[in-house]
Amino acid sequence: MQFGSRRRKIINSAQTELYGHSVQFYGQPPLENISLTEFETFAVERLKLLKTVETLGVSFVKHSEQYSKKLESEFKNLNFPYRPETDDRKIQTGPSEFEKRRKDHISHFILRLAYCQTEDLRRWFIQQEVDLFRYRFNDLPPKQKLEFLHRNNLQYDTISVEEKKALQDKLVNSSYAVSGITVEDQDFYKVPFQDALDLVRTRKVYLKAGYVYIPHQDIVTIVLNDFRTRLSKALALTARSLPAVHSDERLQPLLNHLSHAYVGQDYSIQKNVGKISLDQIDSLSGKSFPLCMRQLHQALRENHHLRHGGRMQYGLFLKGIGLSLEQALQFWRSEFIRGKVDADKFDKAYAYSIRHMFGKEGKRTDYTPYSCMKVILSNPPSQGDHHGCPFRHSDPELLKQKLQVYKVSPSGISQILELVKGMHYQLACQKYFELTHNIEDSSFSLNHPNQYFVESQKVLGGGKDIKRETDPQQRSQENATTRASTAAQDTAAKDVAEMTEDLDSFFQDG
Amino acid sequence: MPSSDYDSASLPDLLPLYYRRLFPFSQYYRWLNYGGVQKNYFQNREFSFTLKDDIYVRYQSFTTQNELEKEMQKMNPYKIDIGAVYSHRPSQHNTVKSGTFQALEKELVFDIDMTDYDDVRSCCSAADICSKCWTLMTIAIRILDRALRDDFGFQHLLWVYSGRRGVHCWVCDEAARKLSVAARSAVAEYLSLVKGGEETMKKVSLSDPIHPFIRESLLVVEQYFPRYGLQEQDILGRKESVDKHLIKELDLPLTLPSNVRKDLQQDFQNERKPEVRWKLIRDHATKKKAAGKKGHHFDKEIMLQYCYPRLDVNVSKGVNHLLKTIHAFMTTTSLSSLLTRTCSSFNLDQDAFLFPSTLKNWIDLILFAFFFLIPVKTDGITFFSLICEELDRPRIGEEEEKAEDDKDKENEKDAAERRKIRDYKRTSLAKYVKCFDQFLDGIAQSRKGELLRKSDLQKDF
Ligand code: SF4
Ligand SMILES: [Zn+2]
Repeated sequence: MQFGSRRRKIINSAQTELYGHSVQFYGQPPLENISLTEFETFAVERLKLLKTVETLGVSFVKHSEQYSKKLESEFKNLNFPYRPETDDRKIQTGPSEFEKRRKDHISHFILRLAYCQTEDLRRWFIQQEVDLFRYRFNDLPPKQKLEFLHRNNLQYDTISVEEKKALQDKLVNSSYAVSGITVEDQDFYKVPFQDALDLVRTRKVYLKAGYVYIPHQDIVTIVLNDFRTRLSKALALTARSLPAVHSDERLQPLLNHLSHAYVGQDYSIQKNVGKISLDQIDSLSGKSFPLCMRQLHQALRENHHLRHGGRMQYGLFLKGIGLSLEQALQFWRSEFIRGKVDADKFDKAYAYSIRHMFGKEGKRTDYTPYSCMKVILSNPPSQGDHHGCPFRHSDPELLKQKLQVYKVSPSGISQILELVKGMHYQLACQKYFELTHNIEDSSFSLNHPNQYFVESQKVLGGGKDIKRETDPQQRSQENATTRASTAAQDTAAKDVAEMTEDLDSFFQDG
Repeated sequence: MPSSDYDSASLPDLLPLYYRRLFPFSQYYRWLNYGGVQKNYFQNREFSFTLKDDIYVRYQSFTTQNELEKEMQKMNPYKIDIGAVYSHRPSQHNTVKSGTFQALEKELVFDIDMTDYDDVRSCCSAADICSKCWTLMTIAIRILDRALRDDFGFQHLLWVYSGRRGVHCWVCDEAARKLSVAARSAVAEYLSLVKGGEETMKKVSLSDPIHPFIRESLLVVEQYFPRYGLQEQDILGRKESVDKHLIKELDLPLTLPSNVRKDLQQDFQNERKPEVRWKLIRDHATKKKAAGKKGHHFDKEIMLQYCYPRLDVNVSKGVNHLLKTIHAFMTTTSLSSLLTRTCSSFNLDQDAFLFPSTLKNWIDLILFAFFFLIPVKTDGITFFSLICEELDRPRIGEEEEKAEDDKDKENEKDAAERRKIRDYKRTSLAKYVKCFDQFLDGIAQSRKGELLRKSDLQKDF
């Protein structure tokens, strides 16, 4: 800690006040100067924390016991403040509570810089930070929750006793956790429904004339909403000050690498174009496609049509395994015109969106094939849709039948269904991979349908070409983070001096 | 009906007539201008047109009602889509710095499309609709209209026939227009009960406690289910089912828990009448409930799976989603049969039969769409010709109208404008334009109230 003494001098009373509570609202940007090394470690470790939040959110029911346990241990490992410490002296080893809170604060603001740049990044960052905040806030004892509200000036309107009486029935029926007695005992907050979207979405709150009536125990929703709104505004402002950050040659490469880390491997960059011919697809779909894509392929062959969600999910996957634009157009056209769409209509109504997928129309963004996370979490299939993840979106009964048809052994099926029941969809899919490829223990951790394909080709020995060419593309989290560190070290070597720039200059309004 | 000698080839000839003499430009402008309270609200609104031969032009925008009128009369679109209000004029979207051209506001819209019900209706499929399955639209409108008003507090709901196979709802309240994408999707999800795609059999799952919103919706569904579900769709009686998921093994819905199916098997074999079979299911549910067993809502789940409105969430979510609002021409269904069907299903003469009389307004709004926004189609052209004949009829009551027009100084219409008004006033469309006007009056009133409230607040300081 060579800069330790110096740092301590800078900490003034305002700063101590800033860290008066174990959970922060991140209203104030850090005011101190920090070293580039610290900058980097903080950023990388918070990123790890957020990655964990993301992964846990998919593998476990949020706020289940397992979820909390895993998250808690990650907090400990990475030295973030995970639980309010009443007595600082108790901690014998490791950084003090103050150090942890400081790290929490600064690292959050560093990642704001890295993740404000595009809509996609912002969305990801906000989502993880919100989940993180929810976990920590929920974990606070009631007294500390109130203290947090006061400290951050969060006040919400409550309803009168009479109104509570009049609405008692409705209030009881609107929340799992409210009974006749608890209605009397606790405060109900009345806020515009826009401020409690999570409760509205899931119908876990009483809604009348545009207002929701939130029992005190659910107050986290309103607080979270505040948190989300402020964070998203702040990110937009930070984005505007980006030119200043970009002109900083020490920061810029580091930030870029940090922001790349979240996407995992990027399958959008086409390396295997033309390695696959169209008549191979049928047999590949049986051998090397994950179930989600096999299902879409089958539906397409049967109905000669797929709805938008299916076209996107499947189309991008095909692009990822190496179909060229011309092949894709031919593939979709030949299938669609066997159904109700004639060639003319296809060219008018569908060809555009396929060229779009390849970045040849519209905003010319090159669309990335969907990851499992995206397939599982966003845009669930509805009537007429075949997209989604079969492990997540099929009735277990139908999934079972399907697995039987695909000749999975009864014991294999029950293992898979067990994983599905525990909401471990990707693990279930990986189990399916192992069973159908006759391997005991696959050496990868599945997070992308295209990864499934590449791994399958590896095992089946058919994809030697494909493999060699995708390897340089590997951009798993670890790689990205190490690369981030190397980049940082490079730049640090060029400029050994401490950062003189005040971080907060990047966060000013304007 | 006379003049059946029109055919689709004559559309290009009819369209100019339609846009010159019938299209309600002034209402249209009045609607989308929203009183001119927000600067450039109309000017920054995107329109897109589908022209002859399916040529699709996006990012049209207009500065005045006059310009809108002139352009539409020049282009004679087959279809018109209304998009969002943007940060800049859509017609100049290429000239602003990329990334700054953004969709800011838009009405909250809902799209209920009959094709989404294909797994639960046996009478028709895809784009076809008949008076039987039109009931589904009636149910959808009643449930959603109530919830949007009572639960969300919206007031200005414009229900229109979507032009093909369902209905659209435009929520025009200021608060609705300002909703974020997240809020829109939350509203849509709150209103969605039927979930899952082709790989899900049981699409509705209820658990205790049943939310007040679901209770209210069940009240509506229960009114229609016996006739629609049991009789017309005969869901418990069909032997040969079109639907692979729902009915198997002795006509027992597969959505039922397997133990319930087992319990009922014997009874079902002895009983063929759908009503009695349904009673068996309900009684069974009541028994389970009394015994304090979990999962005793299966009767309600069946009703909801068959009747509950199915929303296309993606349409409601986006601020920049274009909604095919106004089909100048229907393409798939015969208009005249639609008209008969609607009239009989809404039962215009005794509207209390299907709707509480207070809701009569939206029947009119739907009919407004029928009559006005979708006046013609290949075989529905007869209707258009009817209107044209009305136009050419000798003018009676002209004097009265003049007096009325003189009173109507508010918008300072010029002579041509007045003539146009008279044109549709002489047709069967008049009634529906009046409905639309009333709807717009409602919005104007709220706006005034809001302005008053604001100025009162200011006085307080
Ligand atoms: S886990 Fe991923 S790859 Fe497997 S089926 Fe689901 S989405 Fe597809
Ligand atoms: Zn029908």
